[in-house]
Amino acid sequence: MKTITKSIITGGILALSLGFAAHAGEDATLTVNGEITLPVRAAAPAGSPLPELFSGWVFRSTETQAMQMDDFDNPGMIFVDQAWEAWSTPEGSAGKSCADCHGEPESFAGLRATMPKWNDEAGKLYTLEDYINESRVKHMGAEPWKWSGGQMTGMTALISLQSRGDVVNVKTDGPVADMYEKGKEIYYTRVGQLDMACSNCHEDNYGVMIRADHLSQGQINGFPAYRLKNAKLNSVHGRFKGCMKNIRATPFKEGSDEFRALELYVASRGNGLVIEGPSVRN
Amino acid sequence: MKPYKLALIPTALLAMTSFAFAADVGPSDVVFADGAVAASLTGVAGDAANGRKVFASRKLGNCLACHVNSDMPEQSFHGEVGPALDGAASRWEEAQLRGILVNSKNTFDGTIMPSFYRTENGVRPLKKFTGKSILTAQQVEDVLAYLTTLKE
Ligand code: HEC
Ligand code: HEC
Repeated sequence: MKTITKSIITGGILALSLGFAAHAGEDATLTVNGEITLPVRAAAPAGSPLPELFSGWVFRSTETQAMQMDDFDNPGMIFVDQAWEAWSTPEGSAGKSCADCHGEPESFAGLRATMPKWNDEAGKLYTLEDYINESRVKHMGAEPWKWSGGQMTGMTALISLQSRGDVVNVKTDGPVADMYEKGKEIYYTRVGQLDMACSNCHEDNYGVMIRADHLSQGQINGFPAYRLKNAKLNSVHGRFKGCMKNIRATPFKEGSDEFRALELYVASRGNGLVIEGPSVRN
Repeated sequence: MKPYKLALIPTALLAMTSFAFAADVGPSDVVFADGAVAASLTGVAGDAANGRKVFASRKLGNCLACHVNSDMPEQSFHGEVGPALDGAASRWEEAQLRGILVNSKNTFDGTIMPSFYRTENGVRPLKKFTGKSILTAQQVEDVLAYLTTLKE
């Protein structure tokens, strides 16, 4: 860990003294295990305010990027392994495991690329966390997991991994149109004592340094994300919360309608990028 | 004077700050002319040395988050969201700089730069910052005194 922190720091100083090219790793290629090539840039979807899409991986230091290029070096995979075990472990009053209903995790291939999405039966917008907890409560008779707890982020990582390389294609019309508009409004609303909106940093200033941090487009195709900072997998809502606190705003609650709406809007801004989860970030 | 000043300033800095609170112009009473603020907020001359500290402190001005400042080579990370502040005092009058610090939006429409002496910034502020400006009146004067040393 020590050497990693150190190299990130020198990276920052270097960037500063060079006056900094717009996005350092823009031409870098994300190849995992030497065999899976994941495009890290994509044409912006219709109506996007961005000229081009970039994965958050592009903006990280070479060392952090490298950790995501080998599943053995990606610390997020430890939690995927734990989720593999949980997958086939019966729990709750029904004595069932995920495997009893869903077979192999591969049965969820492609799912993450469409999340969040409308759930007709529930009549609301569902995130991956919602589906997991609904299964736990309804079908297993087990306690729901905490939104950003280790069991939940491990399971969302295992499921996201089944969609690795799939093109993000989140629906924004039909029954979710209202939530999309609500999420968009939140994205552009200035909040907190520092008076900033998500767009001020991730739309207007991606590619530049904000003190020691290289601003990305704030995309969520790499979530859950393993962060060196807290040595665990971080949920999408956990990240939103962190950004709001940094601008000294009271965050919405994880799992709230506000964050669901924001997740839908932010996910759709990444339509065209590919799923990378679990990614590695500083 | 409102008690919020006390809550915001860490004790160490408090010791360095003037206690002439009663003379301070409150955040909503600042008089602007074309984005500039001519009158001192405190009537007490700014302390450039303290202003330099407030400028760099991540908890206070954190101006380095967004601005390169060649006068601070000892600080390793200088952001580049805004223009470099080298020579800022050669580009702007003192009153203009005070205006930019108090409420940057009056000078730069829709800017990302926070307004440092204003109590109604974005919605949903964290409770402990509600109704509080980012800097105190004297801290603004101190940063201003420091900025005026940045000449080309
Ligand atoms: C003051 C600037 C700032 C604001 C405002 C801000 N963020 Fe961030 N955000 C950052 C920084 C710095 C990072 C870490 C580096 C990066 O990925 O940009 C980050 C990271 C993220 C990431 C992780 C991206 C990745 O690939 O790992 C997401 C998602 C995100 N932000 C979403 C948001 C949303 C949604 C909002 C509004 C609620 C928001 N941010 C507001 C500064 C900001
Ligand atoms: C989150 C980003 C951010 C922070 C923090 C910030 N600024 Fe700025 N500042 C800007 C931007 C961006 C501009 C350029 C105006 C614009 O285009 O919006 C600017 C402009 C300025 C200017 C005019 C510069 C010139 O030469 O034209 C001064 C002076 C200034 N800032 C001082 C400060 C000081 C002092 C602090 C801290 C107390 C500070 N800023 C904090 C973003 C920031």
